[in-house]
Amino acid sequence: MTAEVQVVDGPEVTSRLDNWAGARATSGAGLRGTRPGARRLLRDRSMTFLIVASVVLTLVPVIWILAQILMKGGSAMSWTFLTHSTPFSMMKQGGGFLNGLIGTAIMVVLASVVSIPLGILGAVYVVEYGKGNWLAKLIRFFSDVMTGVPSIFVGVFVYTALVVKFKYGAIMGAASLALIMMPIIVRSSEEMLKLVPSELKDASHALGAAKWQTITKVVLPSAAPGLTTGAMLAVARAAGETAPLIMTALGSLQLVTKLAGSPISSLTLLILNGAGQAFEAAQARAWAGALELLVIVLVFTVLARVFASRSRLTR
Amino acid sequence: MNNDLVAGEAPVFTAKDLSVYYGSNLALKGVDLEIRPRRITAIIGPSGCGKSTLIRCFNRMNELIPGARVSGEVLYHGENIYGAGVDPVVVRRHIGMVFQRPNPFPKSVYDNVAFGAKINGYKGDMDELVERSLRRAALWDEVKAKLKKSALDLSGGQQQRLCIARAIAVEPDVILMDEPASALDPIATARIEDLMQELKKDYSIVIVTHNMQQAARVSDETAFLYTEVDETTAARWGILVEFGQTGEIFTKPRDKRTEDYVSGRFG
Amino acid sequence: MGPSDSSSSILSADRWKRKGAGRGADSLFAFLAGGCGVLVLLALAYMVISTTRTALPAFRAEGLSFVTGSNWDPSNGSYQILPFIYGTVVTSVIALILAVPMSVGVALFLTEYAPKWLRAPIEYAVDLLAAVPSVVYGLWGLWVVLPYVLRPVSDFLARYLGFVPIFAGPSTGLSYFAAGIILSIMITPIITSLSREIFRSVPSADRHAAYALGATRWEMIKEAVLPRSRGGVVGATMLGLGRALGETIVVAMLIGNNPVINLSIFKPGGSIAGAIANGWGEATGIQISALVGAGVVLFVITIIVNMVARAIVYRFNRA
Repeated sequence: MTAEVQVVDGPEVTSRLDNWAGARATSGAGLRGTRPGARRLLRDRSMTFLIVASVVLTLVPVIWILAQILMKGGSAMSWTFLTHSTPFSMMKQGGGFLNGLIGTAIMVVLASVVSIPLGILGAVYVVEYGKGNWLAKLIRFFSDVMTGVPSIFVGVFVYTALVVKFKYGAIMGAASLALIMMPIIVRSSEEMLKLVPSELKDASHALGAAKWQTITKVVLPSAAPGLTTGAMLAVARAAGETAPLIMTALGSLQLVTKLAGSPISSLTLLILNGAGQAFEAAQARAWAGALELLVIVLVFTVLARVFASRSRLTR
Repeated sequence: MNNDLVAGEAPVFTAKDLSVYYGSNLALKGVDLEIRPRRITAIIGPSGCGKSTLIRCFNRMNELIPGARVSGEVLYHGENIYGAGVDPVVVRRHIGMVFQRPNPFPKSVYDNVAFGAKINGYKGDMDELVERSLRRAALWDEVKAKLKKSALDLSGGQQQRLCIARAIAVEPDVILMDEPASALDPIATARIEDLMQELKKDYSIVIVTHNMQQAARVSDETAFLYTEVDETTAARWGILVEFGQTGEIFTKPRDKRTEDYVSGRFG
Repeated sequence: MGPSDSSSSILSADRWKRKGAGRGADSLFAFLAGGCGVLVLLALAYMVISTTRTALPAFRAEGLSFVTGSNWDPSNGSYQILPFIYGTVVTSVIALILAVPMSVGVALFLTEYAPKWLRAPIEYAVDLLAAVPSVVYGLWGLWVVLPYVLRPVSDFLARYLGFVPIFAGPSTGLSYFAAGIILSIMITPIITSLSREIFRSVPSADRHAAYALGATRWEMIKEAVLPRSRGGVVGATMLGLGRALGETIVVAMLIGNNPVINLSIFKPGGSIAGAIANGWGEATGIQISALVGAGVVLFVITIIVNMVARAIVYRFNRA
């Protein structure tokens, strides 16, 4: 008597096992195998369908939103747009979001200059000096907590702490962005630093290097690509933030380069502003602005990926 | 300990009642040992008996492990490296170490060799130092055209010789080797062993190895470590059982445990 | 040739004492690094203190009814934020109901079904979803999805299911529903990537055991993968919830900013973040204080949700 061996499709890894699991009795054991009962097969097939459907449903928005931004933003995009600021009258055609671009650039650069070095150094402490002590654990826990703080609350805080005294300005906006960026950089840098093999540190110590020399000349250079990835992702995040800037930078229709004392706009604030406009010209500008912002954010996200793949530590 | 030092030749290292604790666990107990200059001294024993722990005492590398504690003395040219006010970083500048798996920095070949010298403020001709060290490590010919290439592109055996060159570049007088060839293929291993014979003209070498045949081949003196067990607490620690000329350890060992080990009765 | 005495030797005569600068540099560096870490803690603490202080006038004026009352009427001096709390929670719940099955489905697809060549592109696509800034989502949601998809769908549902209070029509466009749908797209990436890690960590031995007993793929997932992942997926869901609760712009743009509690999801409402964002321009004095207070309430809610989520994920990883 021969057993009927059925092969039911499954991941390649387990296909060998599937060959042996040919005895698919619906009840009772026995080598005289049959296919799994029709009901079980139906359930398996329908779940597969549902799961694939969920993937498709998830991909639809990605493609849709990218297509829309490209189309609507692309048709409104022009050299004028990139090089001019918002017109005073929303109805007017032409103009652009240059004031927003400059504002975003200023605030993101200011925020990065502060948060990236501080964040990396904080991660260095946790990994190299903390060694699991209570301070390191606390820092890690609260960094995690801070990544979950709503960005609007960060803006509210900077308002209560700084804006009431010093008025709206680029520095205030940058402060709120820095507060959002720092925990992200601390956590991602910590993960990258942990990946540096201890053998490298051993070799450095055995050559007579002091701890700070090992960190600056071996650990940081080895982790550099990964650290850059984390920094790029934080920059992309900061460039896309809107809410905290509402109550710190406030926004402006003019091109502002002052660092403090006067409200300044950002690309995101201008887009938000544009969303509430009924005039076609303003709406066109909003689409173009969305395209500009998306391109900037995607460039940094892709750059982050490039650095990640160049990192020897994550291979 | 039968040390028959040549007249006037002082030992490089003297361990006196050396014990190592990790936290509250005793790892190595009461080792008394002398390492003589310009010899190859092998440390052998079954796995887990504390060979690595012992060799890392000689350049205070054990301290990098949290909770590690050392009692007793280790004299380096007569000075206790665990004495008060002695900076481990300075100690390590005089004593080189090569590890089990080659661990070159992700930098160029040149920068690897120059690393230690730069760290320690070397003021002389760096190019000359790098070439000299690579020659001594029998690697110069193979890499002289690729000094700026990444060290990680070298083969395993070449990387290990690079690590030796790197250690030599800081001009130590001792080189500690913790199972330097165990991650290498037999041909690369043979080259390392030949290199050791060359190096011992200028450096004192201490090598940990789990490969008895290797110890018998290369070393002049051998120390045999073994584990002692406390029946009641099941705690284990390493002790030095026997130390002497390699030839005698392998042919006429004085202790039964040594004899059992070298004749392969346990691994 | 050991330690040489030539002038190019790197060994100085004083062998055992390191120069003062050396020792000092180490301590200085450690201090700097530790200081940066402490800054994070201090920032968080200061956040809470500063905002609460500014919010005190509103808290004092309303007392407990600040969070329990539903009459938000700044022009008449009434600052009660319950409608906003309600809106924040409702939109987040809608988002979760839709996002969790989707995300878990995608995660399962990536770990159990997808051939290797398909994995990377799908992961990139999901990462893309995460990278899009919220204001762009809002713009797209408002001008594209709302008129062409959400409006018709909510009209349809309201017509046929309108007898159920939460689906009662007529729909007005801007609504809890609209905000919730777009929100669900935004929180999908975080739930997906966390769930993927969790499913990936199930040892293949468990999968093989199920197959060896004759299970179909879905049965294997149900018996071997899902039971062990339950805790982790709950944690991931809660992190997604935390993210949804804190999202400002999309909700502000799509919820309608109506400071009332509406039972039907197709009607407009208000969210805390939206109220703050929209009300900021004209607010003065005690109204600002009330808005700040609303922010504090939001902060507390999200912190609690995030802490619980992390505790669950942490305990799950330990197990």
